[in-house]
Amino acid sequence: MAKVIVVTSGKGGVGKTTSTAALGAALAQRGEKTVVVDFDVGLRNLDLVMGAERRVVYDLINVIQGDAKLPQALIRDKRLETLHLLPASQTRDKDNLTSEGVETVMAELRKSFDWIICDSPAGIERGATLAMRHADIAVVVTNPEVSSVRDSDRIIGLLDAKTARAERGERVEKHLLLTRYDPARAERGDMLKVDDVLEILSIPLLGIIPESMDVLRASNIGSPVTLADTRSAPSLAYMDAAKRLAGEQIPMSVPGEKRGFFGKIFGRRAA
Amino acid sequence: MSIFGFFNRKTSAPQARERLQILLAHERSSVGHSDLVALLREEIVAVIAKHVQVDRDKVNVKMDRGDQVSTLEVDIEIPLDASVRAA
Repeated sequence: MAKVIVVTSGKGGVGKTTSTAALGAALAQRGEKTVVVDFDVGLRNLDLVMGAERRVVYDLINVIQGDAKLPQALIRDKRLETLHLLPASQTRDKDNLTSEGVETVMAELRKSFDWIICDSPAGIERGATLAMRHADIAVVVTNPEVSSVRDSDRIIGLLDAKTARAERGERVEKHLLLTRYDPARAERGDMLKVDDVLEILSIPLLGIIPESMDVLRASNIGSPVTLADTRSAPSLAYMDAAKRLAGEQIPMSVPGEKRGFFGKIFGRRAA
Repeated sequence: MSIFGFFNRKTSAPQARERLQILLAHERSSVGHSDLVALLREEIVAVIAKHVQVDRDKVNVKMDRGDQVSTLEVDIEIPLDASVRAA
């Protein structure tokens, strides 16, 4: 059974595209057929983060408007044959993203993929509502910071009201992915803690991705974090999150929480 | 900042948490009920208009959601010279 996931947040710059690429690659590494779909028409970036920017010929809008068939627009990843990308259009207007068109594309993708991961644009406009429209599962990407938490709360409200599942009286499974988390700053009391964010948003936790240089490094070379360095802290955290999405029970850990002797002393002192 | 100030510095995360809790409690109630309030407003105006002539802009309907009870506040301004349609 195909599962449609929307990666959403409301606020921009919190890590939706990074998370889409990382989770997509991690699920594809399990041997399950995965497609990542960019819904950010006019400001596409998933192709760049995936390292496929020079291979884009047709895009989502071309498929919706009948200029290309779906298989022509799908780009197969060079590293993982189970991973595919459906890019957004960079030049076309986002008004070309129609509700009927998205429904047709989603129905067709459901036939040939196990996982369909939709990378939502920021905001709460049409692009974002269409990206979440057909989702079975929502990954709400949130930074431990007031504006991101507020926007996530708004998006959670939309997931309960504006999705196809909500209209059928069913529920979209919602998960919190806390990104750019810095355990040391949280411990010092200068960053919202995991439990603070969980208590405020009250949706289950999918994973905690630590703030890390490895995320920027991966995007620099055009590789999902989970493929760039499989041993890095964010990579391990994303792989655990992907396993949880697939239904495995993985104990939650705060990455990078282990501190040395000096770290412990200074961490406590300032708390 | 003196070394003394550094160690006694007030942390900011509890403030973030408190501000968010207050803000979101307010926003959740207003966003979720905007449709209901609009509907109530229309129907209340319709009922009042059957009996008294009122200016639609002078009808205020406000919903406040509390922990235990919610209150619906209806404020209608009726002009002195309003023609009463039914006794």
